[in-house]
Amino acid sequence: MHTWTLLVALLAAAALAYHVGRKRAIATAGGSGRINTLHSLPAYYGFYAAMWAAIPALLLLGLWLGVQDQVITTLVKASLPPQSVAELTPGALGLLMNDVKNVASGNIASGAVTPAIQTAADHYARLQHLARWTQWLLVLAISVAGMSFAWSQTRPTMRARNRVESVVLGVLILFSSIAVLTTLGIVLSVVFESWQFFQKIAPSEFFLGTLWSPQTAMRADQVAADGAFGAVPLFTGTLLVSFIAMMVAVPIGLMAAIYLSEYAPRKVRSVAKPLLEILAGIPTVVYGFFAALTLAPVIRDLGEQLGFAVASESALAAGLVMGIMIIPFVSSLSDDVINAVPQAMRDGSYALGATQSETIRRVVIPAALPGIVGGVLLAVSRAIGETMIVVMAAGLTANLTANPLASVTTVTVQIVTLLTGDQEFDSAKTLAAFALGLTLFLVTLTLNIIALHIVRKYREQYE
Amino acid sequence: MNNPAPAASAPPPAPARRTIDIVNASLKRRYAREARFRFMGASAVFLGLLFVAVLFGDIVSKGYTAFAQTYIQVPVYFDPATLDPDGNRDPQTLANADYLGLVKASLRTLFPRVTGRPQQRELYALISAGAPQQIQTMVRQYPSVLGTTRDVWLIAGADVDMLVKGQIDRELPEADRRIKDSTLTLVDQLKTEGRIEQRFNTGFFTNGTSREPELAGIAGALAGTFYTLALTLLLSFPIGVGAALYLQEFAPKNRWTDLIEVNINNLAAVPSIVFGLLGLAVFINVFGVPRSTPLVGALVLALMTLPTIIIASRAALQSVPPSIREAALGVGASPLQTQFHHVLPLALPGIMTGAIIGMARALGESAPLLMIGMIAFIVDIPQGVTDSATVLPVQIYLWADSPERGFVERTSAAILVLLGFMVVMNLAAVLLRRRFERRW
Repeated sequence: MHTWTLLVALLAAAALAYHVGRKRAIATAGGSGRINTLHSLPAYYGFYAAMWAAIPALLLLGLWLGVQDQVITTLVKASLPPQSVAELTPGALGLLMNDVKNVASGNIASGAVTPAIQTAADHYARLQHLARWTQWLLVLAISVAGMSFAWSQTRPTMRARNRVESVVLGVLILFSSIAVLTTLGIVLSVVFESWQFFQKIAPSEFFLGTLWSPQTAMRADQVAADGAFGAVPLFTGTLLVSFIAMMVAVPIGLMAAIYLSEYAPRKVRSVAKPLLEILAGIPTVVYGFFAALTLAPVIRDLGEQLGFAVASESALAAGLVMGIMIIPFVSSLSDDVINAVPQAMRDGSYALGATQSETIRRVVIPAALPGIVGGVLLAVSRAIGETMIVVMAAGLTANLTANPLASVTTVTVQIVTLLTGDQEFDSAKTLAAFALGLTLFLVTLTLNIIALHIVRKYREQYE
Repeated sequence: MNNPAPAASAPPPAPARRTIDIVNASLKRRYAREARFRFMGASAVFLGLLFVAVLFGDIVSKGYTAFAQTYIQVPVYFDPATLDPDGNRDPQTLANADYLGLVKASLRTLFPRVTGRPQQRELYALISAGAPQQIQTMVRQYPSVLGTTRDVWLIAGADVDMLVKGQIDRELPEADRRIKDSTLTLVDQLKTEGRIEQRFNTGFFTNGTSREPELAGIAGALAGTFYTLALTLLLSFPIGVGAALYLQEFAPKNRWTDLIEVNINNLAAVPSIVFGLLGLAVFINVFGVPRSTPLVGALVLALMTLPTIIIASRAALQSVPPSIREAALGVGASPLQTQFHHVLPLALPGIMTGAIIGMARALGESAPLLMIGMIAFIVDIPQGVTDSATVLPVQIYLWADSPERGFVERTSAAILVLLGFMVVMNLAAVLLRRRFERRW
């Protein structure tokens, strides 16, 4: 809360600095009648002052918020009576510090509040209070210092616009680097946690093992399985569901794209295409709900009437609904590449006496094939990474089976189940989720790179 | 098709057979094939549209009933002896009085013939567990009701609600039904006395979530969604537009910018759940951002929508003709002035369209939010970005998991609300494009 107030105060300081800087520039030029002697427009001197008032102070504030908690915790730890801390393990010390913080903020501590904890808590609260005021004072002081520096710099010959613009350009470069930082963050986080996982579980067991049962004991005295981390059933389950989805999405999506781009009258196309694309805009949780509560019971009843044993969370229900979701994805990508095939190629085929369907099958589709394959690969990567439908409609038990009526589980389902729930962060169970995440990331990344490469290469051919 | 190769290799046929005969002979088959192919295409489109219709039909038919709520009219005697024994109307006493007992007593007076504990328990189940709260609010607002008897419309229990809405089949044998025969007669009696009524369900929009379907509402999830999306937009819009501006207009062609470009294209196709892993490992475990809050949710969603906004903004910037830039530069504007004063305003409609579409996707996203703990059961309506919260799609996921029949209609209704928002946002994007689209 205090931080927000401080931010607002900084914003106000920047606004003030803008106003003052602008006035100052006009004054140094010798009144508003002589502003043509200034290098830049007066507003730029205002922006220059505002930047000096806001940016250094913001940097300091960010740094402060980053280290404040750690510094205070260290100080309080140091103030604890040494004989009571000496024999504690790091974990127990952490718990103790938690108690201290809870007492300081008026919450309930986990155990009895000893006088030592009470003193430490008072110390903690005092330090925090002190830190808050120092923070305010320092940040505002830096802001004022920046403002006065800008004030002293303001001369008619100062190139205010150039200085402001170089800062703006720097900010733009920073913004565009965030995409790379995100990728870096993803890679580093999953790789680091996976590396820890592979310290505990051999990669060969993870990638080749066929038994998946990640229930491990959380406490030493708990009775639980040792945990088996063979991910092959998850991979086959993912492939099975994705395969069913593609069996739905590719024929329907492709045929719909062909019909809409080659046969349909303009009117039909202008209505049907946006309607189909509604399917792409529906949140996946809605599909999951539909799969679990409407389609799965229908499939089960149908299977029972035909004499098949159908699991209530069958791969078929999840796959079918996922396929429906992907239809517009396949159809709009195919539509693009089919439209990119030059009309001359169709005309040539017609001139030889081919019917329209023969032209499509033997000329248009082969010409568009690389693009279509690329689109399908993108759709596959989408199906593999899809989460909510399978979380809601596919099962949790890892079965190594190719039977679409059985219950299977997928990589994404396991990531969700392993990470939602309370557990210690460095157990093999949690880390396994990151290993699965790494696998998922690498597979989808590879598929995307190949697909994008194919699509781009193909586009260039006809341009 | 008159393919020359088989004709050449075929043994010499009777000389009378000309190419045109071969063509004519196969023509009927070829036309039939043409018709079949065309039919397949049309049926694929039809199938796709059918899926849209079935999906919407299913959800609307399941969900529309949730917008009504059954109420039961019960005469309540606001007994001053139990509610306010001291007689001084002290708010503290009034807040802690035994309202559950009051509701039970009122039900017993309404049905004096119901005796025996199991029967009475069934009787109490007619009314929702939220009814005592309802009475309490009433008493605290109007202390003058004390000592009087008034007809109060109390929220009906979930099972009665389902029965009145016709979602529990009366014809089923008693053992298969959630409602016993004795309750059925009670409800029928109430109905003939005109004591059962369905009203618009305002609680659905003003309550937080609850374990009881009849009390569960989406207000908490809506507030969480609002905070999360507002912060997401605040973060991803300036960053996305700034990045697009730099990459499209200023970036030199070198390895670094190529890398950024490839990166953005790939990020757009990374599964959303991976962003959840990033949020968990980096934002929560390294930077210590509080778990389950709109703040961390918005950070993750902002990174996720960033590629969408960047790609759309770059397309919009690209469509502004170079002559605009040249003219601005020609009269002495600096490159940044050219961009900010001329190019950006012209590209803004396209950028906004992209941003709205990105926001619509963020609105429907739930998988990464599961990873960062936004699935906690939170009854209170969040008041800021650092309160624990959940969002609408995650609320739908949580309700879909609840076994109670009453939650199915609530879930469907929540989906309808979510889809409503989606439609509005997408319509806004389309209208924006239509209204401001400019052909150069």
